[in-house]
Amino acid sequence: MIPLSAYVAVSAVLFITGLLGVLIRRNFIIVLMSVEIMLNAANINLVAFSHYLESMAGQMVALFINAIAAGEAAIGLAIIIVVFRGKISTNVDEMNFLKW
Amino acid sequence: MVLVFFAYFALASIAAGVLTVALKHPVHCGLALLALLVHVSGLFILLNAEFLWAVQIIVYAGAILVLYLFVLMLMNLKTDDRYLHSSYLYFLTPAAIGSLSVLALLVRSPFGGAKGDAPTEAILEVGGTHAVGIKMFSEYLLQFEIIGVFLLGAVIGAIVLAKTPKPANKERKA
Repeated sequence: MIPLSAYVAVSAVLFITGLLGVLIRRNFIIVLMSVEIMLNAANINLVAFSHYLESMAGQMVALFINAIAAGEAAIGLAIIIVVFRGKISTNVDEMNFLKW
Repeated sequence: MVLVFFAYFALASIAAGVLTVALKHPVHCGLALLALLVHVSGLFILLNAEFLWAVQIIVYAGAILVLYLFVLMLMNLKTDDRYLHSSYLYFLTPAAIGSLSVLALLVRSPFGGAKGDAPTEAILEVGGTHAVGIKMFSEYLLQFEIIGVFLLGAVIGAIVLAKTPKPANKERKA
């Protein structure tokens, strides 16, 4: 029997990886992919607790997170297309036109 | 046996996650993300969540990742020379220390708690998908509807954002 803390540890390592990706990568698409890694880490956590605490609530929230991730990917990629059309590169450091 | 599968899925998903963050070419990162999603869905199988496994494969690997690859191919991205934050080495040490301390805490804690109303035997009796469906359309109906409206908004927003804008000086010429 695998202890719950093993799943939580895997999820924590994946979350840290995703967080580092958001912080250090400069390509907007890779930043979005790192957000997906973080959402997946949260999903592992939720499903593991749902299994070990014998409740369906975690699986429900994980399903809703999947839907949110789909919406987030669609909107994020649309924003990337708009930005790229304006002849700006996908480097997040150069996207500062909302700054004042 | 379960332990072997767990070790494989866990190590492979962590390795794929690290590759997603570390690889230079965006398409390679996308493929590493695909490996991560597939192995995470393997973890879901080990946790008796078959419906979530199917959703993970269909929605994440089948739809979201293909969307990413479409955009990558569409934009024909060149690899940037400067693809990491200029001071990323300063992030790595605090991140390593923080994650190690969190890991030490996690492995030691017992995670006890009140048990819910869905033990594994009861779920296996009716089937995981059936249990998820009954739960979703009874207790979580309002959240389900909200997610529906959210997805509609996301679809409309994506269409509006990605539409080709009309040339601004069209009326002036006429």
